[in-house]
Amino acid sequence: MTQTPPEAQATRGVHPPHLYPPYTSSVGRAPHERLIPLPDALRDHTGPVFGTDCLRPDDNDTTRNARVNGEPIGERIIVRGRLLDSTGRPVRGALIETWQANAAGRYIHLRDQHDAPLDPNFSGTARMLTDEYGEYELLTLKPGAYPWRNHPNAWRPAHIHFSIFGTGFTQRLVSQMYFPGDPLLAYDPIYQGIPDEKGRSRLVSRFDLALTQPEWALGYRFDIVLGGPAPTPFEEPDHED
Amino acid sequence: MRTEGRLPLSPEDSNIPRDAFGPSPSQTVGPYFHQGLVHGQDLPLERENLLVVPGDPLQGERVTVTGRVLDGDGLPVPDALVEVWQADPAGRFPPDTAFHGFGRSDTRREGGFWLFRTVKPGRVGSQAPHLNVWLGMRGLLTHLPTRIYFSDEDNGADPVLALVPPARRPTLIARREETPDGPLYRLDFHMQGERETVFFDVD
Repeated sequence: MTQTPPEAQATRGVHPPHLYPPYTSSVGRAPHERLIPLPDALRDHTGPVFGTDCLRPDDNDTTRNARVNGEPIGERIIVRGRLLDSTGRPVRGALIETWQANAAGRYIHLRDQHDAPLDPNFSGTARMLTDEYGEYELLTLKPGAYPWRNHPNAWRPAHIHFSIFGTGFTQRLVSQMYFPGDPLLAYDPIYQGIPDEKGRSRLVSRFDLALTQPEWALGYRFDIVLGGPAPTPFEEPDHED
Repeated sequence: MRTEGRLPLSPEDSNIPRDAFGPSPSQTVGPYFHQGLVHGQDLPLERENLLVVPGDPLQGERVTVTGRVLDGDGLPVPDALVEVWQADPAGRFPPDTAFHGFGRSDTRREGGFWLFRTVKPGRVGSQAPHLNVWLGMRGLLTHLPTRIYFSDEDNGADPVLALVPPARRPTLIARREETPDGPLYRLDFHMQGERETVFFDVD
C-alpha cells in the first residue's frame, strides 16, 4: 500500500473524506489523486425519473411487505421526513430506497454471518416516492446494533440506509439515518467520518411524540437535504402565507 | 403535523439545524445494499443492468459494457455498486420513454465484473458519447463520479477529457472487442495505483 498524500484527505463540503483511516475499509479504496472539478456547464443535469408504477402496495412498510406467516418481531417505528433542496424547497416525486438490519441486528443477506436470529417475516427493504410536499413516510422496525470487524469490539450503531435520487444524477445521495441518544455513535468510525459536528447531527433523527401512534409505533423525524447545484424540477411560484 | 413549503424548520421537529441549514452528508452503501436496491420482487438487481432488452424497438447499436472494480492491492471489490446514466443514441437527455437511460449493477458475478447491456449513446452537444458513472462501495463514505468513453469514437475534442491530464485519459476509455454476442467494451475502475481511475468532483 502506497502512502497517501495529504491532499487526498480533503473533504468535499459536508461530506466525509474518501480516506478516513479509522474506517479501515477506506484505506485500500480511497483514491489518492485529486478529484477533477467538473464545471457546471459540462455536467449532465438530468437524472432518472421513477414514477408510481415502480411501486407496489406496502413498499414503504417493512412491517407488512415481507410477511410470510406472521408479524415481524421488533419495535415498530414511523419515520417521516421531508426531502429538500439546498434552498429549502421540497423535492417532489423523488425515489427513496431504504435497507436495514432486523431488530436483532442481522441483515437478510448470505454474507451476513452475525450470530443473531433472522426474522422470516422481515426483509428490511422499502421504497417510496416523496409527495407534493417533499414528504415521505417509512413504516418499519427499529434496527438492532450489530458487530463488525473494523476494530476490537466494534459495533455499528442502529441505522437505516437511505438511497435518494435527487433532481439530477449529480444529486444522487446514499446516506444513513441514526437514532437519538445512541451511545455507539461516539465510537463509530463511519458516523465519525463526517468531519463537522453539525453535519453529523443532520443524520440523527429526532424522536417525535406527536408522530408517535398510541398503542402502535414510535415516531421519528428525518429530513434530508440534497446538496449540489441541480435545480428542482416542477418549479412553480411559492405559496407562502 | 404536516409542514408545508419552505423553511424555517423548527428545531423540535427537524434534524436539520435551523441556524445551519445545509446538505445531508453522504455515508457508505455498506456491503448489503443488494437487499435494498431492487425494484420489487419482479425486477431484482440482476436485471437492472439491462438498459435495453431483446426486442426493444429502440434504434442504435446494442453493446455490452463491462469491467471490474480493483482496490489498492489490485483485488476485485466484491461489493461495489455501479450505476450509469446515459443519453439515448440521438444524444437526448432525458432519453425517450422506451429507454430509461439508467442502469445499476453490482460486482458479485463471477470474476467480480459489473456489466451493462445497453445501446451506445450519441454525442451530447460537443461531448463525445459517454456513460455517466456513479460508483459506491463498502469503504467509500462518499461515492465517486466518473465516466466511460468508447475507444472507437473520436474523443479528441471532448471538453471533459480535455480537463484530464493526457496520461490519465485512458482510465476513462473502454476498449472495444468484437464478440459472437456483439460489441463488448471493457474498462476496469482502479481505486488506487498507477492506473488510478479519474474521478470527478461535481459538488
